[in-house]
Amino acid sequence: MKKKYCIAVTGLNAIDSPGPGISVIRGIRDSKDFDCRIIGFAYESLEPGIYMHDIIDKTYQIPYPSSGTDALMERLNYIHATEGLDVIIPNFDAELYSFIKLEPKLKEMGIKVFLPTLEQFEERHKVNLPKFGQKYNIRVPFSREIFSSNEIYGLSKDFTYPLVVKGKYYDAYIAYSAEQAINYFGKISSKWGLPIVIQEFIKGTEYNVIGLGDGKGNTIAAVPMRKQYITDKGKAWGGITIEDKDLLKITDSFLSQTKWRGGFELEMMKSPKNEYFLLEINPRIPAWVYLAVGAGQNIPEAVVKLALGEEVEPFKTYQTGKMFVRYSWDMIVDLDDFQKISTFGEL
Amino acid sequence: MKINKNVSISENGFVFNPTTGESFTVNPIGVEIINMIKMHSPEEEIKKFILEKYATDSSGFDKDFYDFIQMLKSYNLFDEENEENEN
Amino acid sequence: MKNTDKIKYERPIIKRLDAGIPNKFGLRTEYTPMTHIDNVSVKSLVAEFGSPLFVVSEKTIRNTYNQTKRAFTLRYPKVQFAWSYKTNYLDAVCHVFHQEGSWAEVVSGFEYDKAIANGVNGKNIIFNGPDKSESDIEKAINNDSLLHIDHLDELYMVIEMAEKTNKKPKVSIRVNMDTGIYPMWDRFGFNYETGQAWDALNKIMFSQKLELMGLHCHIGTFMLAPYAYSTAAYKLADLALAVEKKFNHNIKYIDLGGGFPSKNTLKGSFLPGNDSNPSIDEFAEAISSALINAGFHPEKLPLLILETGRALIDDAGYLISSVIANKRLSSGKRATIIDAGVNIMFTSFWYDHKVSPAQPFTHYTEDTVLYGPLCMNIDVIRENISLPLLNKGDNLVISMVGAYNMTQWMQFITLRPKIVMIDLNGKVHLIRDSETNATLTDLERVPEHLKKFDL
Repeated sequence: MKKKYCIAVTGLNAIDSPGPGISVIRGIRDSKDFDCRIIGFAYESLEPGIYMHDIIDKTYQIPYPSSGTDALMERLNYIHATEGLDVIIPNFDAELYSFIKLEPKLKEMGIKVFLPTLEQFEERHKVNLPKFGQKYNIRVPFSREIFSSNEIYGLSKDFTYPLVVKGKYYDAYIAYSAEQAINYFGKISSKWGLPIVIQEFIKGTEYNVIGLGDGKGNTIAAVPMRKQYITDKGKAWGGITIEDKDLLKITDSFLSQTKWRGGFELEMMKSPKNEYFLLEINPRIPAWVYLAVGAGQNIPEAVVKLALGEEVEPFKTYQTGKMFVRYSWDMIVDLDDFQKISTFGEL
Repeated sequence: MKINKNVSISENGFVFNPTTGESFTVNPIGVEIINMIKMHSPEEEIKKFILEKYATDSSGFDKDFYDFIQMLKSYNLFDEENEENEN
Repeated sequence: MKNTDKIKYERPIIKRLDAGIPNKFGLRTEYTPMTHIDNVSVKSLVAEFGSPLFVVSEKTIRNTYNQTKRAFTLRYPKVQFAWSYKTNYLDAVCHVFHQEGSWAEVVSGFEYDKAIANGVNGKNIIFNGPDKSESDIEKAINNDSLLHIDHLDELYMVIEMAEKTNKKPKVSIRVNMDTGIYPMWDRFGFNYETGQAWDALNKIMFSQKLELMGLHCHIGTFMLAPYAYSTAAYKLADLALAVEKKFNHNIKYIDLGGGFPSKNTLKGSFLPGNDSNPSIDEFAEAISSALINAGFHPEKLPLLILETGRALIDDAGYLISSVIANKRLSSGKRATIIDAGVNIMFTSFWYDHKVSPAQPFTHYTEDTVLYGPLCMNIDVIRENISLPLLNKGDNLVISMVGAYNMTQWMQFITLRPKIVMIDLNGKVHLIRDSETNATLTDLERVPEHLKKFDL
């Protein structure tokens, strides 16, 4: 008989700028090696995943990362007592810090995660990207962090417009003038705090690589993709797997040097001179992970196995030319469900 | 004071206003007050009930009661049209 | 029915469920009530000493001090702390630090005299800062105190005083430098990169009238980047080794100042400080490994001096306050007025202080703006905090207020409140009384011709 694991997943916001949770769950549910009970962790009462009862067995609201790890731990204790969690897969950048910090405590409780170390997590931070590029010999756009909008007028010393204004965790805008940059500074900093990262704008075509490192320097999975259609929020609405030895080489080199542990996404820009620039490293599985599953590399399943301490054979191949096309779907929901999650925080 | 008759309130404090599509949460003492208003209890009766049940004084509760009613009004939970006929 | 048999009252609230687009940035809620500080009940403190009331925990000071000291002594053999007076110069607080073995670090004649009056031996006083008068310097020289020179004018004054007193003053220079952080503090001391610091050291050595004891720097405040300290330590070590090479003179100590953060949450930061601010171990590791690897002869390893203030005292301070009133703003937002304002809570300008109710409450909360009692628009303790439903007269405890508030506080609009210390046995001591009108009016004089008026 197959083993059954209780797996909690965050990022259930399958909206127009989707969190990865639902795709991660689909991958896990595809596994032929184990059965699972899926627990959703939600922050807001309208995250679509909460209402997808055929995909998620039960959802609990958890406190925002900004409430601190004590509040989170208290909630996890409660949930664990009811559910007996085996694995948690966090899918938001902003919550990773808390889960990485809690890893030892979770381990004592018998709950496994498979996440980068705090050093890996901090090192790849947007703010530290220039240093990162230098250390691992990866080409990155020039960037620096700023703490006040007053610094923007002085930027013309090091940058030419347009430039990219980025938040610490999320959001990026292209600014064509200092006025625009100041506007974006205000917009992003009010949501994500300081610092703000100013990055050189690289013209070109964007490519992404989804991958999984085993924490020992080995590449367990790696699938490159080109975005085919990008929404006004910068999210891929369609994408296609490609064969690109350079991208795979960069990924292998990234993993062997950093010994990255866990899922990740490399956001790369290919300049007109065919040079790759690393724009950003997302320290978690991206929302388009199901494309990798469809192309032959079930990354969510592998994450679960690695978290449980099982040996996982590296994926050697994937199908190129596989596409994903995202679509939205209006679920019909009873007010009763909304009432339950709103007042009790579970459904 | 008349709560819009379509407004439903559940035991655990979930309030739904079908005319606007908005929903609210209310704490237990708030549920008691709304239910009494729905039963057409006059203001004095509500105050008397609360003062007998809870450890508070009349001036303290008056202020909170007024504030609560204001909030219910601002959320359009009162039936304004029928209000005048009643008075 | 007696009032005591009745159910605890909570005011009725209705909250709209604004479950719009899921976002990832929520309000902090302080869930647990804080009914006691070091096992002394908040209510009893208020009953005896009034509200607002600052409370200092002796136990927390000693624990924090010992943990911090251990973080450094585990990694470096010679460590000395000097208590930063300006962070909190209440005599009782200073005495706790001196009992633990801390020297005194002062930045004015006033603080210097306070340290002497507290019984600190002049040899164990570090005199920092840009403003030292001639008489301050003379006093410091006669007491063998450590003078940390800030600028050339001061250096020349110290040389003059050395001639006058016929003594060899013990001096260090303060060095500023680029440690890769922003803003760079270059207003204090001599700059490293431009060669000012090396120049000043040469002047000191060639004068032969001063005894060069050490090198000092203090790179910033509430620093969140441990690596900056390792850069600072390398640069000071570089100067020390250069002095040794050129003059065959050993630098006795390297003073890396302070600037370590407490666990408070800076405004605008996403994660609470308690989770995200680096621990003292990370700073100790950065500093110690830089010094150990700098190339000193093992027997001539300099003493490491630390002047950390905030990280040692912030946690030990609480401010108890009471609810004056609740009101509703025109925007519909809840406002709560408490009796502690920015006049005594200076740090609310840069921290989102943790605020905990001092009595049990239910899980119902309201988004609230927390105002102080001053008739001044800027008097805001928290712009936005999710708080349980508080009644008039309820108490709140504001945590981590031990640094700077009890020195930077202002006598403005109202008088400053009492400060108590809870000792290791849970006994409460008044360590500063509240001010009276006479505290202030005694200093004032009304000219004779202004005395009479008819209204």
